[in-house]
Amino acid sequence: MKNFRFSSLMLVLGLIFIYLPMLILVIYSFNASKLVTVWGGWSVKWYVGLLDNSQLMGSVLRSLEIACYTAVAAVALGTLAAFVLTRITHFKGRTLFGGLVTAPLVMPEVITGLSLLLLFVAMAQMIGWPQERGIVTIWIAHTTFCAAYVAVVVSARLRELDLSIEEAAMDLGARPWKVFFLITIPMIAPSLAAGGMMSFALSLDDLVLASFVSGPGSTTLPMEVFSAVRLGVKPEINAVASLILLAVSLVTFLVWFFSRRAEEARKKAIQQAIEESAADSWKQPDARRAPAPGAA
Amino acid sequence: MNMRKFKRRINRIIPNGRQLVIGVPFIWLFLFFMLPFFIVLKISFAEADVAIPPYTEIYTFAEQKLQLLLNLGNYAMLGDDELYIAAYLGSLKMAFISTVLCLLIGYPMAYAIASARKELQTVLVLLIMMPTWTAILIRVYAWMGILSNNGLLNGFLMSMGLIDEPLQILNTNLAVYIGVVYSYLPFMILPLYANLVKHDNSLLEAASDLGSSTFNSFWKITIPLSKNGIIAGCMLVFIPVVGEFVIPELLGGPETLMIGKVLWQEFFNNRDWPVASALAVVMLAILIVPIILFNRSQAKEMEGKE
Repeated sequence: MKNFRFSSLMLVLGLIFIYLPMLILVIYSFNASKLVTVWGGWSVKWYVGLLDNSQLMGSVLRSLEIACYTAVAAVALGTLAAFVLTRITHFKGRTLFGGLVTAPLVMPEVITGLSLLLLFVAMAQMIGWPQERGIVTIWIAHTTFCAAYVAVVVSARLRELDLSIEEAAMDLGARPWKVFFLITIPMIAPSLAAGGMMSFALSLDDLVLASFVSGPGSTTLPMEVFSAVRLGVKPEINAVASLILLAVSLVTFLVWFFSRRAEEARKKAIQQAIEESAADSWKQPDARRAPAPGAA
Repeated sequence: MNMRKFKRRINRIIPNGRQLVIGVPFIWLFLFFMLPFFIVLKISFAEADVAIPPYTEIYTFAEQKLQLLLNLGNYAMLGDDELYIAAYLGSLKMAFISTVLCLLIGYPMAYAIASARKELQTVLVLLIMMPTWTAILIRVYAWMGILSNNGLLNGFLMSMGLIDEPLQILNTNLAVYIGVVYSYLPFMILPLYANLVKHDNSLLEAASDLGSSTFNSFWKITIPLSKNGIIAGCMLVFIPVVGEFVIPELLGGPETLMIGKVLWQEFFNNRDWPVASALAVVMLAILIVPIILFNRSQAKEMEGKE
């Protein structure tokens, strides 16, 4: 059991290592002093100051807009990809397809960003689109790499599913698309929500891809933060960073909360179904026995 | 009659539906993930030019002659200039050492989570997962405030009387190692946990019944069984770190030579798109073997095979 105790200690230390810097950042965002290393009492003036910064607010809205579009598209695309990978085991180019789905998870962002930008430039020359790079091109870039994350999350869930329910529906004559929308989708809904929120958070965070594929006048929030951070630590940036941390923790908590609730509801439903069928099997013989002539 | 025709038409759509389900993600990924690499390859053979876009076309068609002009100068320059070679080696060294550090720290953590109570496991996994959704930018920025010369760490060490002068940590390779391990640790822990939690404890019990020590069982049973998790975790750290830009840019100093940073500078500061493309092509050539390894372990995971 010595092994277990050592690993528990490592886990606690590791969690402190992960969370302490973020905690310090949040505390110092309430620092009244302009000097970031000297504590000058509590204050919210840096947060209030953010509201007057219209350039920053514009980039926040732009980032949120892109993150919404990305979440929707990445869930649709990632779910399709996960479905293909887990349910359609044989088709031409399946290995290539599997590679294309998972490679964006590890591909260095500078490579993806550069290659997408060059694609957009080449497309603009050949077919005249996109004339301007901005929200749409950033959305395409984010959707491509977020879909990979969604595919991983959703395929894990699809693998766990009891295939017999889908098979039963097919045996009863339901068309594949009907089975997919009425049976598969509701059963994987929690992982779709998780994938969507994950894509939202990832899109909101991305700096490198957005820097490559954005055009003039479409700076996102991370790009704005990055250009300020390069010059050093500033109290305003502490405030922005804390707000981003807060938003992401909130999203994470919501994912956890909803997936937990869905899981509990599912367990309850299964339990109920088992109890009901057990009760039915008790009743049935009685019902059959009742009209039996011998007893009458 | 109409009904039958209708049914026949529907039946004709069904196989098309299957093709559609495969086709939509396939075409999207081909168009926006795979095709761009070929364009990068093409432009790496072009020459930089003062124009929009800032490179020359590699083929010309005039007087019924198609001329293909491949400029190998960019690649020759990468081989000649010590800066680029040093940057590739620096990136590989940084990625290798941080991957080992992440594995050494992350394995015990993943092991502890996998052996915790079931309800505690979900909370712990969430705690590990949350930072991966938070911008690397923000988490690296948090370290800038801690590591700087008049930052918290130096202030703490000086007030304890351990050092008299502030240590120079920010803008050194040490700061980059801290930042990389900090940012990528969750990516090591999550696949390891996913693997470890599936292990069958009866194997360990059988081993201990037969007189094997805890350490011996761990080394001979748990580690070999978690091979796929180790490969996935190491690749999830190693490959992106080779191309990492944000961490060396913010925490590193002049001594930190990493290829992601050099590529960024060539592209944004020097506006030399062909050289940046050549840098990307060589980086991809170095990373293709680890990427294939990762895809294989991922494919096994996705199909549920062991």
